[in-house]
Amino acid sequence: MANVAAAPRRARAEFLADLISAGLLIPSGVDGAYGRGGTFEAVRAAVDAFVTRRSLNVRPERMAFPPVLPRRQLERIGYLSSFPHLAGTIFSFEGDEAEAAELERRVGAGEDWGGLQRQTDLVLVPAACYPVYPAVAARGPLPVGGLTVDLGGSYVFRNEPSCDPARWQMFHQREMIRLGAPDEVAGWRDAWAQRAVEIVGELGLEAAVDVATDPFFGRSGRLLARSQRSQSLKLELAVWISGDEPTAVASFNYHREHFSSVFDLREAGGEQAHTACVGFGLERVALALFSRHGLDPARWPADVTALLLP
Amino acid sequence: MKERIRSVLDTHGRLPVGAAALADDANLYAAGMTSHASVNVMLALEEEFDVEFPDEMLTRSAFESVDAIAGRLVALGVG
Repeated sequence: MANVAAAPRRARAEFLADLISAGLLIPSGVDGAYGRGGTFEAVRAAVDAFVTRRSLNVRPERMAFPPVLPRRQLERIGYLSSFPHLAGTIFSFEGDEAEAAELERRVGAGEDWGGLQRQTDLVLVPAACYPVYPAVAARGPLPVGGLTVDLGGSYVFRNEPSCDPARWQMFHQREMIRLGAPDEVAGWRDAWAQRAVEIVGELGLEAAVDVATDPFFGRSGRLLARSQRSQSLKLELAVWISGDEPTAVASFNYHREHFSSVFDLREAGGEQAHTACVGFGLERVALALFSRHGLDPARWPADVTALLLP
Repeated sequence: MKERIRSVLDTHGRLPVGAAALADDANLYAAGMTSHASVNVMLALEEEFDVEFPDEMLTRSAFESVDAIAGRLVALGVG
């Protein structure tokens, strides 16, 4: 596949500057928040569609959710215990005219105006699969054989500003979720990890799957991360994009009973269900393609463009 | 010490059975303790015994049984 010499390896700052000067990324002034030019978006959409075409031969149920989540759900999931540093919460103004005038004065004076805002009932979605669990649990037990949900590409937010061109604060996760019997759900997750190596391999990307951990917060987080690693609950598909280390472009997460214990997800027979999710970072796969094949898709290997843009 | 450990497990371990029913060497994860519950157990043990588990003890195996927990606490000087 793609027997063309790879583009030379670049430092992260150099790659980011190249992406911006080529019009692929549009800087916002805040690290990790980028607009995308038409060429980048066409590649991102093509990656999304390609993953869909290569999905495992199941008939998933399609769902779509906005990139906001009820605050109460984030609290119930335990996100604020595990990842308090990544959460993005939505505040807005609910004051009277005097407070509005004070807000305007502080903004004009360059002062902190956060204290005049109140927390709303919404937070930004940090993981695309979160809205699925309460939605499915509200229906009652799962159908016989479990359930697969395809969310397509969904925006997610993590508060982690970075100069790394592959670490964005808001990006598209292309997620699929499996809910059902423990062994079957774990097997689906493992099969997807191998499938994903083949999928990106078809696009000329050399990838490897390895055991990984989530960036849990603090001392409790170290225990959680080691526990997660010792059970191989999180796998990541890593591809070289820029800099010295490969970057994860997809993850394969076996949650065991975490979400079913919060939302009472049960199999058809009444047993506690297990869940797993598979998420591709669409912008990261697109960046890996630009890194591997060059910044102009018109000059990519013909077999890659034939697969992506049939 | 093991009775106090069992009391912490009953309050924070979210086990489907009482800790009194578990042998000292019974695996708590096999008995139903989740990773997230083990964090609460860890924090509650620190409060109960007035210790702080060092980084190298923050592992899954350190909290896998009453015996394992007692062994760590003894190593930290709890008598």
